[in-house]
Amino acid sequence: MNENLQHSDINNDMMAGVNEIISLNRNKPGASITVLRKCQDVVGYLPVELVGYISRGLNISESELFGIASFYSLFSMKPKGKNVIKICMGTACYVKGIKEVMNRIGNAYGIREGGITDDKRFSIESVRCLGACGLAPVMVVNQDIHGAMSSDKVLDVLEKYH
Amino acid sequence: MNKIRTQLMLCGGTGCHSTGSLAVKEALNSELKRRGLHEETQVIETGCNGFCAVGPVMLVHPEGIFYQKLTLDEIPKLVEEHFLKGRPYKKLQYVEPASKETIPIMNDIPFFAHQMFWVMRNKGIIDPEVIDEYIARDGYFGAAKALKELTPDQIIEEVKTSCIRGRGGAGFPTGLKWQFAKASPGDVKYVLCNADEGDPGAFMDRSVLEADPHSVLEGMIIAAKAINSHQGFIYVRTEYPLAIKRLEIAIKQAREYGLLGKDILGSGFDFDIEIYQGAGAFVCGEETALMRSIEGKRGMPRPRPPFPAHKGLWDKPSVLNNVETLANIAQIIVNGGKWYASVGTETSKGTKVFALSGAVNNIGLVEVPMGTTLRSIIFDIGGGIPKKRKFKAVQLGGPSGGCVPEQYLDTPVDYEAIAKVGAIMGSGGAIVMDENSCMVDMARFFMDFIQDESCGKCTPCREGTRRILEILNKICDGKGEPEDIESLKHLSYIIKDSALCGLGQTGPNPVLSTLRYFIDEYNAHIYEKRCPAKRCVALLKFEIDPEICTKCGLCFKSCPTGAIEWKKKEVARIDKSKCVQCLTCFDRCRFGSIF
Repeated sequence: MNENLQHSDINNDMMAGVNEIISLNRNKPGASITVLRKCQDVVGYLPVELVGYISRGLNISESELFGIASFYSLFSMKPKGKNVIKICMGTACYVKGIKEVMNRIGNAYGIREGGITDDKRFSIESVRCLGACGLAPVMVVNQDIHGAMSSDKVLDVLEKYH
Repeated sequence: MNKIRTQLMLCGGTGCHSTGSLAVKEALNSELKRRGLHEETQVIETGCNGFCAVGPVMLVHPEGIFYQKLTLDEIPKLVEEHFLKGRPYKKLQYVEPASKETIPIMNDIPFFAHQMFWVMRNKGIIDPEVIDEYIARDGYFGAAKALKELTPDQIIEEVKTSCIRGRGGAGFPTGLKWQFAKASPGDVKYVLCNADEGDPGAFMDRSVLEADPHSVLEGMIIAAKAINSHQGFIYVRTEYPLAIKRLEIAIKQAREYGLLGKDILGSGFDFDIEIYQGAGAFVCGEETALMRSIEGKRGMPRPRPPFPAHKGLWDKPSVLNNVETLANIAQIIVNGGKWYASVGTETSKGTKVFALSGAVNNIGLVEVPMGTTLRSIIFDIGGGIPKKRKFKAVQLGGPSGGCVPEQYLDTPVDYEAIAKVGAIMGSGGAIVMDENSCMVDMARFFMDFIQDESCGKCTPCREGTRRILEILNKICDGKGEPEDIESLKHLSYIIKDSALCGLGQTGPNPVLSTLRYFIDEYNAHIYEKRCPAKRCVALLKFEIDPEICTKCGLCFKSCPTGAIEWKKKEVARIDKSKCVQCLTCFDRCRFGSIF
């Protein structure tokens, strides 16, 4: 195991979690995506330095692991807000006006897709179809699914998240 | 032992979960207990019922009474009326939108009455987290028959007789696929299940996995015996946490019952299944990309041949089938291929599940026999278009598919017939669009998706889709030029001919199909700088036509930023300095007076 990584967003508990995930998967073929996913769950996102650290732990090249982390949309190398807003960009949601919902949030909080508010209260990302088309348009805040969103309702919902 | 008189099959699919079915379950249980009914009435959480639009939904056994839109406030009344006094509670029953008639029995509701449940035969009937309930519905009989009575050749023959074709979209005959993999030399082979349901607007596979996970495992066991594989993988989207959880439980229970692992059912055959979670890449639905992804690499496709039947996962012969395909297999083995082939059209047999959504009254999961017309799906089952709007098109096959307009609505569900009108059967997403959808904007939406999901390996797809998107953006922004139409066609055909994998080869389809049927809308954008559906913000003036305005004030009431000025009996006016162009008023105005 290489020396622990020093990073402002990773505390000691997280580091221990990351080390455990790496050691459990070190010799498994094809484990890189699983390891990245689990480490992201622990830390909240994947700082570039952490990707390097994991690559040394798994004994694969840093460029290869970075290639994987940047390929899949699940992985984020940017920090996320206290509340993560996910906007479903499926067809049903689009037909029913998710773009207008997204614009409304953007205007109100001054953020764009993939961005984070200055006070770190919200970050917003668009996600692929969540398969909850019966509820379209759908917005997910943290773990809560909000269906039948509209541009006039959305801010009332978001105001409850601090 | 207590005698259970009534079972409440409460939907626990993703849709109903998010409209609060878990809280409803708790409330039901505590109310039943308070009334002393908990010993004779049992609440069971099932998988997706399919009628997501009116969730949370519940089916009362044995009467078959259907309740919808359950809320916490109504639970005490429901329990009192139905379960204590024995009279069904009308307020929570389904009302037919056209006739305003209340329909108490689930199977009488048009949404269900026109369907045919093969793949979804267990949905809403069993608890997906209890293997015994699956077995009680003849579950694992197909696997037992395949393992103990049939040879691999007999299994393949039966599947070939059924004429079942891949339900992922391309429609390759499943039996043939298995035959190739069986004929491939090698000791190590893999059976893979494609549960990376990436098409936006498609949720069939999610629902099958949530409602009946064992049917997929059983299909994989049978496939394994047919090609002599001992290890299977299910590649499932990470966006489907509930499906993953139910699959994990199902696999664990199947192992405990000796239905997975070593020496299954004493047949001497070994087979086990692992779940592999995807990480959000649409292209991983392509078979070679999916295999690269399981290997832990960037999910990029590679040229075929060699086909996966010869060189697949870790370069070993592999069979990859879609969730819905696999969920059909056990019944084919139990009832015979001839039985399966008795339903359908000349070239497409069995049933097909569609995820019906968009501008349609009854949103949800729909399973129909092949040969049913699209019109029947949208109007008989789907209940038509809400808000008295006009039907414009139905989009089939997601980003690889196309739109079917009004004049072709009598096209039957059949791989060849749908392809003939410029769409594809696809995995089953069916998104209905009304007159408020701009078809140029829809083409742009899909191209934005394809462009974003292009893996970047081959130039036609990586660069070409981006150029198409740029042109479409230009047209939607009111800067379109007459020659753009030709450029779009030219680029589309080049990409179709030269892209490496299915994603690129089919990616321009939404553009070509909208150009084919809705060229008028393109022309209106380009020549008149006008968006007929009033969706393209850059082409709207945000003004109110005093001739059409009925002075009703609906726009005023709905404006979130107070940008609309209105007094009783006066025409409304939009203050552009306050307007954020959210289009809420466009949606609310019933008269189309805002332009």
